[in-house]
Order: sequence, then C-alpha cells, then structure tokens
Amino acid sequence: MRKKKYSPILTRLPLLLLPVLLSGCSSALMDPQGPVGEAQKTLIITAFLLMMIVVIPVIVMTVVFGWRYRASNLAAKYTPDWAHSNKIEIVVWLIPSVIILILAIITWKTSHSLAPQKPLGTKAETLEIQAVSLDWKWLFIYPEQDIATVNEVAIPVDVPVHFHVSSGSVMNSFFIPALGSQIYAMAGMDNDVNLIASEAGVYDGRSSNYSGAGFSKMLFDARAMPQGEFEAWVDKVKQAPKSLTFNDTYPTLAEPSTNVPVLYFSDVSPELYRNIVESFKNAGREAGGNNGGDGEASMSAEAAE
Amino acid sequence: MFGKLSLDDIPYDQPILVVTAIVIALGGLAILGGLTYTKRWKWLWSEWLTTVDHKKLGIMYFLVALVMLLRGFADAIMMRTQQAMAAGGAEGYLPPEHYDQIFTAHGVIMIFFVAMPMVIGLMNLVVPLQIGARDVAFPFMNNLSFWLFIAGVALTMISLFVGEFAKTGWLAYAPLSGIKYSPGVGVDYWIWGLQISGIGTTLTGINFFVTILKMRTKGMTLFRMPIFTWTALSTNVLIILSFPILTATIALLTLDRYLGMNFFTNDMGGNIMMYVNLIWAWGHPEVYILILPAFGVFSEVVATFTKKRLFGYTTMVWATAVIAFLSFTVWLHHFFTMGAGADVNSFFGIATMIIAIPTGVKIFNWLFTMYRGRLSFTSPVLWTIGFIITFTIGGMTGVMLSIPAANYVLHNSLFVIAHFHNVIIGGVVFGMMAGMTYWFPKAFGFTLNEKWGKRSFWFWITGFYVAFMPLYVLSFFGAMRRMQSYANPDWQPYFIVAWVGAILILLGIACTAIQFVVSVRDRKKNVDITGDPWDGRTLEWATSSPAPHYNFAHLPHVESRDAFWELKKHGKFEQSAPPYEDIHMPRNTAAGPIIGAFSIAFGFALVWHIWWLVGVGAAGMFIAFMMRVFNDDIDYYIPAAEVERIEKEHHARLVNAGSDARNEDDNLGVQA
Repeated sequence: MRKKKYSPILTRLPLLLLPVLLSGCSSALMDPQGPVGEAQKTLIITAFLLMMIVVIPVIVMTVVFGWRYRASNLAAKYTPDWAHSNKIEIVVWLIPSVIILILAIITWKTSHSLAPQKPLGTKAETLEIQAVSLDWKWLFIYPEQDIATVNEVAIPVDVPVHFHVSSGSVMNSFFIPALGSQIYAMAGMDNDVNLIASEAGVYDGRSSNYSGAGFSKMLFDARAMPQGEFEAWVDKVKQAPKSLTFNDTYPTLAEPSTNVPVLYFSDVSPELYRNIVESFKNAGREAGGNNGGDGEASMSAEAAE
Repeated sequence: MFGKLSLDDIPYDQPILVVTAIVIALGGLAILGGLTYTKRWKWLWSEWLTTVDHKKLGIMYFLVALVMLLRGFADAIMMRTQQAMAAGGAEGYLPPEHYDQIFTAHGVIMIFFVAMPMVIGLMNLVVPLQIGARDVAFPFMNNLSFWLFIAGVALTMISLFVGEFAKTGWLAYAPLSGIKYSPGVGVDYWIWGLQISGIGTTLTGINFFVTILKMRTKGMTLFRMPIFTWTALSTNVLIILSFPILTATIALLTLDRYLGMNFFTNDMGGNIMMYVNLIWAWGHPEVYILILPAFGVFSEVVATFTKKRLFGYTTMVWATAVIAFLSFTVWLHHFFTMGAGADVNSFFGIATMIIAIPTGVKIFNWLFTMYRGRLSFTSPVLWTIGFIITFTIGGMTGVMLSIPAANYVLHNSLFVIAHFHNVIIGGVVFGMMAGMTYWFPKAFGFTLNEKWGKRSFWFWITGFYVAFMPLYVLSFFGAMRRMQSYANPDWQPYFIVAWVGAILILLGIACTAIQFVVSVRDRKKNVDITGDPWDGRTLEWATSSPAPHYNFAHLPHVESRDAFWELKKHGKFEQSAPPYEDIHMPRNTAAGPIIGAFSIAFGFALVWHIWWLVGVGAAGMFIAFMMRVFNDDIDYYIPAAEVERIEKEHHARLVNAGSDARNEDDNLGVQA
C-alpha cells in the first residue's frame, strides 16, 4: 500500500477511531430501541449476508483470475477464442436470480409487515401524535391530551404510537433513527408512521430531508418514558401558560426560525392538525378531485402516477 | 436596464470567491495571452471551436469535463472540511447559506458537467470509429450540442460570481425550489443551466442514435457492433426517452417561478409529489445513461488486455438492453418514504433488485473474459479490476436500499451518499479514466504515461474507500446527508477520516494532471505509430493515431465481431492502399459557437429578468440558426490526392518504424 508513505496521518487515525468503534452503542440502527427498528436491523443484516453469497465469490474470482491469468504466467491455459459456455451462462444467470428471488419474497413480506401505515396495536391502546414540520422545527400535537410541543416529543414505553405527519412548509422527513421508519412530511398531506419504543431513553429525532437553511438544526428529542412518567409529563405540559391556535399563534410559530428551544402549549384544539393540513388543500382549489384527508387517499394519488 | 441585477449581487465581500475569481481571471488571461502571443486565435477558431469533427468535439467535451472536475472536487473538499469541523455545536467555516449552495453545485456539476460530458465525449471520440463511419449523422448538430453544453457550464460558473446558485439540492425538489421558498436567482441559474445543456444532450442522443443505426460500415450488423457501441446505443435511447421529461419538468417549474403558476406549489392545487416523480422519471434513467457506456469501456478493455474474445457477447448485449428497459421502471425507489402503500413500494423495490441480475451477469462475463486469458496489468486494467470489486460492493448496498422496509431507515442518510459514490466513482469515474487512458492514443497519437496513471488509480481507489466507508458507518449512527453541522461529537472522527479520503482522491487527481504533463513531455517516446498500440480488436485501431479527419481512407468491410482482430489474425489486414477516392466531408460551422454564445446571454438575461437581453439572445439564436439552415455550402470533398498524401505519410512512418524495430527506443523519437 504505497499511499501510506504519502500521508503519515493515515497511520495514526485508526488509533484515534478505536474507542469510537469499541463503544458501539452509539449506532442507532444497529442498536434499535423498538420492534420496528429491530425488524429493520434483522432485515438489513439478512440482505447483507444473502448478497455476500455473490459478493465474496466475485471479489475472490477477480483477484484469483487476475493473478492466475496474468500475461507473464505462461503456464496458465490460454484460450483466445473461447467466448461462450452454456454451463457458465446458466450458472451466472441462475445464482443472482435465485438470490434476487429470495430477496424479492423478503421484500414483499417486509414491505407489508413493516409498512409505516400499518397499526401496531388496537386503536384503543394506540397513542395518536400529530407531527408537523415547520421552518425549521417540529410541532407535535397530542389531540387526545389537548397539548402541543415544539422540538420535544414524549411517548410512553411499549405503547404503540401512531404519528400523523404533515408539513406547514416545504417537504421534510420525520425520523427517529433509533425507533425505525421515517416518513415524508408534506404540506396538505397526512402521512402516517407507526412506532414503538421498548426502552426508556432520549432518542435523537430529526428531519432527514433537506429543507433549507435551518435543516441541520431541525432536531428534536424523542423521550420514551414509563407510562406513569408520561402522564406526569402530560400534566406538566398542560400547565403551560401558552396555547396554540390556528388563526392566532400558529402563524407566528410557523415563521422561519432556527435553534428553537423546547416549547409547551396547553389547551390546544384537536382540530389544529386538520386545519394545518387543509389550509393548503382548500386554498384556491376547485371543487372535485379532492383527496379527502387521510393517508390512504394521498397514497392512492401516489400510486396512480 | 439590468433587471434584478445590481452591484450588491457581486459577492466581493466573500474572500473565498474573490480569490477564486482572481485565480480564474489570471488563468484566463494567461490562456488568452498565450493564444495571442503564439498567434493561435485563428487556429483555435477554425480548427477547434467551429469544428464538426467528432473526435475534436470528443476531446473538447472531455477537456471541459476535466476542468469542471476540479470545480466539483473543490466543492467536495470544502464540504468534507466543513463536516470535519462542524461537530457538537461548532459551526465550521461555512454557514448554511454557502454550504447549501456548495452541495447543490457539487451534485449538479459532477453529474451534468463532469460525468455527462465524459460519457458524451468518449462516445464522440470512439463510436464513429468503431462503426467504421467518417462522422456522425448530423455533424452541425453535434457541434451545437457541445456549445449548448458549454452554455450550461458557463451559466453555472457565472452564478459563482454574479448572484448565487441554488440552495435546494441537485434535483431542486419542489416546493423548496418554488418562488415562495427560494426567491433568489439561484434556482433560476439551475433552471437555465440545465435547460440549455439538457437540450444539447437530447440533440446528442438523437444524433448518436441515428449515427449508430444508419452509418455503420458494410457488414457491420447490429450483432457485430463492438460492445461499447452497443452501450452507447442504449444510452442514447435512454437520453432520447428521458431528457424530454427533464426538459418538461424544468419548464413547468419555470412557469411556476416566472408566471406564478402552480404546478408544484403546496397550495392552489399544485402537486409536489408530481415534481418528485417526474424528476426521478428522468433521474433514474440518467444514472444508467452514465453507467452503461462505462460498462462498455470495461468490456473493450478486458477483451483487449486479456487478448481474448469477450465472454458472452450476446448476453452482454441483452443484459445491457434489459438494464436500459428496467431503468424506466424503478424511479419510485428514490422516495419509498413518501407514503405509498406496501404493494406499490414492493413493486418498485423488486423491479429495482431485478436490475442486479443482468448487472451481476455482466460482472461474471468480465471475469470469465479474464479466465484463460493473458491479462496485462496496464492502468486501464487496474481501473477495471478496481471497478469490478468496488461496483460489486456498491451494487450490494444499492440492493439493500431497494428493499423498502430497509430503505425506511437508510433513506436520506449518508448510506445513500456512500452508495451512489460507490457506484459512480467505482463505475463511472473508473470507467471514464480507463476509457481515457485506453483511447487517448487514438485521439492524440501517443500513449499516456503508465506510471502516473497507476499512481492515480491507487490514490483514487484508496481515497474512495477511506472517504466513503466511514459514511456507511455514520449512516448507522443516524447521520443524514446535507448536514451543515451536527450535534453528536462522536461522529467527528469518522468525518475526519472521510476528509483524509478526499485528500487522497485529490492526490489521485494531481497524479492525473502530472500524467498529462509527463505524457506530453515524453510524447515522442510514447508515440503510437501503428495506430494500434494495444493490439486492439475493433475498427478504431485499424486507422492511424491520431485518426485522420476522414477516419478511414477506405471504409472498412466487416465480416465478424472483433473485426480488426480477425483481419489481423488471418493476415488480411492491410494498410490502406491506392487508388484513393475523393472523400465527402462536412464543413466546419460558426453557427454552433454563435448560437451557444447567444444562449448564454439568453439564459443569463432570464435569470436576472433583463428582458431586452432575453430578446437579443433569442433573436441571435434564431437568426444564427436560420442562416445555418439556408446555407448550402456545408460540405466539401477532400481530393483523392490529399488523402493519398496523408496516407503515404502514415505508411512512411510505419515503414521506418518497422525497419528500426530492433532498437526502437533510440529511434522512435526521430521518426516522429
């Protein structure tokens, strides 16, 4: 490896890396905190291992063939006109096909079992949270608790959470890597992602889809806590002096801002989310062709394309 | 008078930009001065700028691409530096205002103004020679395509010093790219740069599609075409089918921004999902437009340097065709997280992974071409071997991304960045470097220095792994693409390693630059007298190096695949002999550069709403085009005597070289 001569820093860097590599638990995707992320971890590892069945032989063959049939090795067989073999053709088509067939079956199954829209529990046991991306912060509305927060979302451990996701601005993506699936936040559309946290903890949440100047700071804390603590947290938010209304305080909140601290709002109307979503839909739209308000409809619009 | 443009739009308070501007200005002055001093203006104009010779256009495309590679790479190293610094609350040295322009420009430049012109440049240089033609079907259109591409480059570069570039990401997703969220001129530069160069690309697609179908020499049936030509054919079909989608999408965005329409706005019935669908309906085939010709290069390189027929030619052709077809059926995999249902996502996921089958077959075919061959480890072969290994890994991560349920956590993360650099650097860049080294002697008459070529390869491949493997790791930590800064200080060491990788790639690029200098210095030692420096298999090696402007004195007659190899093997190949005939050739044209210049004015004026200049630009383009249309003097005949003179010179060089073959090292310099 010639290049090491040119950059001595390279030899020192791996040492620097060692503690980070050993700590390991900072890996959100490889140390997931909920069943969705857990299933996705298994899926990623399965797919990786399956493909190693082709990748490793290819790398080995490249090195072996390259070395064995080097021009200076006159002992190796040389067949300049040999360019076809049904046997080899069959094998090289068959092996990738079989692996892809297996992967396709896995894909079909997991696309359905891990569909973000798929509920993870009964309606009664599921907590509904509405997430709205704004420039550049996250608004969370708890329609059943009549509260709202900015840049902090609390969820009870082991309770299925149904996030409705929309945007009050450009497209973002709602993502808590440690818990699993992300979903786009789009203005005028109501998307869904269902997640569960099985361990208490504070997980990084963020927008993963670039959305302008404040994108990198569009972070929030996802706090998973035992049910009792969660209820105490809700009560605490309910004590917040400020409220959030669609016509009055929401437009101010929706103004572009970065590094927004955590905010709590009490007495929030359960209609707020619907108002935000429909504010885009109704503006100037002619009658007919309206998709209705649920995720299924925006999905079918998607599929129709 | 100047529309929205005012002195405030010149970023003279930005030291980096001012220094860049000064360096470019000095460099430009040096070139202009040099041209004046050596009295080469007329030469430049009549031999190069107005040329319709596909080989010269190919060289110019590649040259501009290499220059733009420096710009795109400067963006890359700035991003890597920023991310190596901006950890745990630190802001680094680039505020979002600049960082966002830089990653947008990096993507736009690397795809449209580096990868595309390299691919198109190589097609220009090689395809007509491989099919035994004397030029392309529409030589003027070929020159025009080049100048429209230059207009796109120029507008993008102007945006650096006048105004700003888009801060939207390279695909300018709506509604962020709409007038409401991006009121500045950045997106307008993006629009007009891509719109003008994109039309040039569409014209190129039509041109080469017709050339390959209609201008093959006698006996060159479709299934006797060299594989590179096959991949070029597929790529041009993809260009013809996909680039109009880009043109239409950008046109709709333009209507939104300029005339207040609402195709892609949040409200008023606009549909942002439609934008994302349309842009990827072009964007996914675009990926294959780039990679298929690279596959073609590797096929030629492997067969030539193993001195063996390509394994599974027919399979290669069909695999290419299948990939081209499937490339139109997978666009949705770029946004599985948009909220489509499980059935839709599964369909597109499975369609995507099916592409891995023909791609895998191609890889095995290259391996079985090496099998029982005599492989010389030249630098094109090193690039090829580096490609096979790197691309296989990139393909694997691509299949991982194509599984929707896995994509839900990998999407938008650095995994995507690592994956597509894995296939674009490992595939397209390595392919273009291999192709450049392989066909360089055909363009210039001497081979490139191998030592520096190999050094470049080792730096590039090591640099690639050092720069991008940490990004795969980071994606598992939850690091996203396009972050100007990040909160978690634990990520920083990985970004520093990635930065080191970028520096290694920089050294690779430096090696290529040195390679050019050394090769030009030693051009007499490395001269390619025979026109066939690699013991080649296809027709481009049957003519002299550099090829005469008419390519072949007598159009070759083809009886098999690997036509030139078979002729040599059976002792049937003879250097062209008298009698010669007059050769019909197209005349150079000033219309291309003139239309290109007016299109720059047109685009610039539209960016800044300078309406009178829009009129001047449009009128200038129209009038220049009409003058060309009504000009009958567009062709001429090279007299047989002139052909004879050129061919005799070549024969004389061959004879001299042949008689001195014993001690060629001493004498080659003298002959040339």
